Amino acid sequence: MAEKLYIDALREGLREEMQRDQSVFLLGEDIGIYGGAFGVTRGLIDEFGEERVVDTPISEQAITGIAVGAAVAGMRPVVEIMFFDFLTLSMDQLINQGAKIRYMFGGKAKVPMVIRAPMGCGTGAAAQHSQSFPGVFAHFPGLKVVIPSTPHDVKGLIKAAIRDDNPVVFAEHKLLYRVKGEVPEEDYVLPLGKADIKRKGRDITIVAGSIMVIRALEAAKELEKEGIDVEVIDPRTLKPLDMRTIIDSVKKTGRVLIVEDDPLSFGWGAEVAAGIAGSEAFDYLDAPVKRLGGLDIPIPYNPNLERHAVPQVENIVEAVRELLR
Amino acid sequence: MDLTTDKKLWMYRKMYEIRCFELEVDRLFKANMIWGTCHLSVGEEATAVGAIAALEADDMITSTHRGHGHCIAKGGKLPQMFAELLGRETGYCRGRGGSMHIADIDTGNLGANGIVGGGIPIATGAALASKMKKDGRVTLCFFGDGANNEGVFHESLNIASLWKLPVVYICENNLYGMSVAFSRSTAVKNVADRAAAYDMPGEIVDGNDVEAVYHVVKKAVERARRGEGPSLIEAKTYRWLGHSKSDANVYRTKEEIEEWKEKCPIKRYRLKLVQEKIATDEELDRIEKEVEKEIRDAIEYAKNSPEPSVDDIANGVYA
Repeated sequence: MAEKLYIDALREGLREEMQRDQSVFLLGEDIGIYGGAFGVTRGLIDEFGEERVVDTPISEQAITGIAVGAAVAGMRPVVEIMFFDFLTLSMDQLINQGAKIRYMFGGKAKVPMVIRAPMGCGTGAAAQHSQSFPGVFAHFPGLKVVIPSTPHDVKGLIKAAIRDDNPVVFAEHKLLYRVKGEVPEEDYVLPLGKADIKRKGRDITIVAGSIMVIRALEAAKELEKEGIDVEVIDPRTLKPLDMRTIIDSVKKTGRVLIVEDDPLSFGWGAEVAAGIAGSEAFDYLDAPVKRLGGLDIPIPYNPNLERHAVPQVENIVEAVRELLR
Repeated sequence: MDLTTDKKLWMYRKMYEIRCFELEVDRLFKANMIWGTCHLSVGEEATAVGAIAALEADDMITSTHRGHGHCIAKGGKLPQMFAELLGRETGYCRGRGGSMHIADIDTGNLGANGIVGGGIPIATGAALASKMKKDGRVTLCFFGDGANNEGVFHESLNIASLWKLPVVYICENNLYGMSVAFSRSTAVKNVADRAAAYDMPGEIVDGNDVEAVYHVVKKAVERARRGEGPSLIEAKTYRWLGHSKSDANVYRTKEEIEEWKEKCPIKRYRLKLVQEKIATDEELDRIEKEVEKEIRDAIEYAKNSPEPSVDDIANGVYA
């Protein structure tokens, strides 16, 4: 297996699906010669041409709606929205159209589209270019939501998202683009709705998604020095959510910390906590379920404030210690 | 571009079908047999029929909240339409969509839409799919005058023109966005004037003249099919009934409504067909009788159709 950057693995996934299926095409702002604001689509225009790597005007609602229409008419569009924050501009077409069309039409239409966007803070981009809120989309029936954390996962999951016959929101944390990891050479697709045990452990379960998986694994390394054996579960997709794997892990460890990059209030971690509380894992809990998430504030600009707006490794370490006290 | 006698009679039949359908819906609604709300297109039949008559069978349309007429003209079947409005399992959407969401992908009807302007980018995207697949299909995008002030209208027309997409935008300007008069909502005199901003042809047509609508749309459809890009057509028309069920028509005068009823597109076309000796009154009466029977049969079919099962309530959210 070769070591690859997350961004390169993602691009490889896009490229392979475009090679495999002529109906797959990319649509978004500055994704052509510029290669996308973060470089995800760099070089794809050379291989597939401007017909399949389509630069659009700055018109997020139309771009999203055009993807919906193209999908209903038999294509498989993959939209890039330049920043996750800008998905608010896509909302009507994504929620009222894309997500609802199949059900509204009695199950007689399908909308196979992916809408990808870079999210998260840590780059000094301030409030309108830094928020993570994939959990919001998990609230809407008809959508699937993917939050890949590693190069291996991002490639397998983008391929699954493209092959899926439903609208999929694909949330890429910006700080993950430069993370390296092993990526198999062979063709592989990961299922949507299957969590992954990123680290096996006995003493406590950390459920973390996206960038928080990386931080949870670092925290686990720290805690190992203190003799604490952490299990890290990455749900990988928020919708469908694989509660089974989480419940089984909590039954084993008896303690759980849920860590997300979304603002804590009403975040997806609450859904996970409720799922645990309502399951047989409840009887195995030796401590209350604990959650970490972003503060309930817009992301601030100042680097020190920004760092404190979302959970860091030390917060996770401290929370685990508290749970085991 | 000349209309055959068959096509002319088809247009008359479809307009009459829409009129009867809408009036029956109104009646069923008042009899509490239809739930929710519905938006009727009585008075606007010529626009739906004339425009869709200009399409080939596998061309596509997107429709609006006032979409029964578009669906009928595109080949929608009356029994399945009534069944949908009655919320039955045999309806187009298995009783899940109702009046505002009737779609029939198989006949190229990509759906009515409850969001004003919501269908505009979808039509644009369907046209992009046609361009990419080189399938030669054109998409006709219906919207009302209210939608021409939605941002997505402008975003979509700009893109369609830029990419020369095979789409024809047709605004059914019935002069009111719910209660607000067109002149009080829109800074330009005509919706079609906005075509200039997107470097596409903008045409105004009498929306109550079915043949005039046909010819204008036909020209735009052929242009789109040749790969020369989109057009914006504005059909000036009028809705006789209220915006929806709760409308007491306080924002317009009885005189104005009566004046427009004088311009009834069906009465007007009947006169023309008889005058031009395309059909006799007897032939047209026969068509009307046939339609009336179809409507009665369709309502019977709907009434006798099963309700959807609650066991299936979550069915069809995901593919």
